[in-house]
Amino acid sequence: MSGKIFLVIKREYLARVKKRSFLLATLITPLIFPTILGLFLWIALSDTSTETRKLIEVVDENNAYFLESNEMYTFSYGELSPEEAKNLVQEGKRFGFLYVPELNLERPQGITFYSEETPALSMISSLEASLKQKIEEFRLFASGIDPAVLSSLKTNVNIQSVIVGEPGGERVSNSVVNYAVGFIAGILIYTFIFVYGNQIMQGVIEEKSSRIIEILVSSLKPFQLMMGKILGIGAVGLTQFLIWIVLISAISSLVMGYFGMTMPQQQMLEMSGQQELFPDTGQEGLMEMVQLVQGIDFFQLTLTFLIYFIGGYMLYGAFFAAIGAAVDSPSDAQQFMFPVTIPLLIAYMGLFIFVLDDPNSRVSYWLSIIPFTSPVAMMGRVSFGVPWHQLALSIGLLVAGFLSTTWMAGKIYRIGILVHGTKVGYKVLWKWLKDNG
Amino acid sequence: MELLSVRSLNKSYGAHVALRDFDLSVGQGLIFGLLGPNGAGKTTLIRIVNQIIEQDSGQILIKGQPLKMRHVRNIGYLPEERGLYKAMKVKEQLLYFGQIKGLKKQDAKERITAWLDKLDLSRWKENRIQDLSKGMAQKVQFIATVLHQPDLLILDEPFSGFDPVNAEIIKNEILELKRQGTTIIFSTHRMESVELLCDHIALINQAQKILDGPVKTIKNESKTNRFRVKMIRNEDGNAVPWGNMEQKEGYEEFTTDLNGRQPNTLLTELMEYGEILGFEEIIPSIEEIFIQKVNESHVR
Repeated sequence: MSGKIFLVIKREYLARVKKRSFLLATLITPLIFPTILGLFLWIALSDTSTETRKLIEVVDENNAYFLESNEMYTFSYGELSPEEAKNLVQEGKRFGFLYVPELNLERPQGITFYSEETPALSMISSLEASLKQKIEEFRLFASGIDPAVLSSLKTNVNIQSVIVGEPGGERVSNSVVNYAVGFIAGILIYTFIFVYGNQIMQGVIEEKSSRIIEILVSSLKPFQLMMGKILGIGAVGLTQFLIWIVLISAISSLVMGYFGMTMPQQQMLEMSGQQELFPDTGQEGLMEMVQLVQGIDFFQLTLTFLIYFIGGYMLYGAFFAAIGAAVDSPSDAQQFMFPVTIPLLIAYMGLFIFVLDDPNSRVSYWLSIIPFTSPVAMMGRVSFGVPWHQLALSIGLLVAGFLSTTWMAGKIYRIGILVHGTKVGYKVLWKWLKDNG
Repeated sequence: MELLSVRSLNKSYGAHVALRDFDLSVGQGLIFGLLGPNGAGKTTLIRIVNQIIEQDSGQILIKGQPLKMRHVRNIGYLPEERGLYKAMKVKEQLLYFGQIKGLKKQDAKERITAWLDKLDLSRWKENRIQDLSKGMAQKVQFIATVLHQPDLLILDEPFSGFDPVNAEIIKNEILELKRQGTTIIFSTHRMESVELLCDHIALINQAQKILDGPVKTIKNESKTNRFRVKMIRNEDGNAVPWGNMEQKEGYEEFTTDLNGRQPNTLLTELMEYGEILGFEEIIPSIEEIFIQKVNESHVR
């Protein structure tokens, strides 16, 4: 009999993997992220090189605020009246016109920017920053402090967080990297459960509505058929996931490699003027990144990911199978999707609102322990470091969770798969659950 | 020997009674017709025999033993609403069903090749079901049903969806299976389609059996002793006194009772009135017998 469940797994697996759509989805999906990334990089690079500088007329009633032109903007001081300057903007001879009224240094007010189109936020803030710097310099002079002295006193503080007491020594961690890892892993599991859960449901509905089940049921127990389907489709998901890992890393490194070669040369020239503003970039920053990436325990991450990936899929997969068995057509399935969608949605929202924000808060803890939310929520915590006893508890509950949902689903499936034309509601499902026949 | 016996079987769906105190015996090696209109209870009976659903009460025996799952594995079942995995290739699909039914891979492969040849489907073995015509898919389904050489074959409306040519091919295959010793149960509401094929029939109406027996016996018992005569009357001849002559193109036709005579006596007497073109006993069709029985049961 166990040989037969293997036959079912094999059929479910091959029927999907051999499809052209599987090949397409598997090959195209990982291309999406690097393509978008590459596209943005390309636009960003070509943007600065082709766009002409913007000419901005400045009318300064104080005769003191001289802004330096840069690669983006050229400032013109034509000693015009505000009206004349406005006319230049309207005629399209100037991109914009910056009006600086006589300023009270204590309380600078009334600075206005006029333009034909809405100016970019980055432009306004860069103007604000320049003016702020000038005003602060004037005020320092007024209070008798040399700006050069102040500048020499400024220090740059960068807190490096180190997790202590980890087996294998201390490791460097970084909230941003951990956030990204948790974010991606959590979303992957969430998406995976939905996509493949739906495939289980569709498959069950196909067997039910085409009566294939009636031919198979004499040779297979319904439970074997259900498990075979869940495991077979799960194997498809794992295959797809593994292919993606290989493809994404290969393509991303190709793309990054390409831009990595051309970008620094261009950017370095443009940035050379501002070099002193970022004294820490360069070799040291690179070292830090390498250290951070090395700080992630990829083995542990991959292992926990696989456990929660499989556990979460099995837990919800059983539900999807039961729903498929209970209905006659996909459109009838909507009414039962609610109890599946809600906990997944809670997990998804919890990941953003609580877990990634503070992985060790009480809410994050419970979200990562309860089996219905743990696959998504725990992945948000794992890269920040989770005590092993919490992991063990969470995984233990997840296993208990999917065993019980599978058991429940088996009872519903066994009866539902052979029932046609009956209006099935929650009451009927409850009756099937209690049925011990 | 009886292969299948059904004893006082009852099954209800809520208030609707699908089978009421149903008894049935199917002898080994026969083609057994389960006839009745849609909704009579045929499919319910078949599904209970296949253990797809459970009876409320009653017993089912296979060769005298209570029905178990292992018996069901020796049944080939062709459901009325046919189902195959649409996206699967013909050969893979048959191999899957064969292996699920317990055949070894190599055996299954050999049988599949033989059956595909026999039903002229070899060219299509690498095609997906969704690319086949309905008739071809039906043939594939038929192969899936018989591949594991079941002792008992249960076919629910086997000819629906087949054109006359393919229906004839399937009919011949069924007869061949019977020759090899397979017991076959047919279920259909189209009674004329199996009249000539079945050895034994049971008529079902409204959850109950209303008639059961060998086709020949049933037909003999339903004889009316009336004869249909086609003749050309002598030019100066008198009208035949036993029936209302009906004028057809170039001849006359009428029906008459034997009235205690032997058919030969009647025929000899008739010959005096003219040239006899046709002389045949009127035997009601199964459908007519069914309608008659239904009417009788209503009167009761």
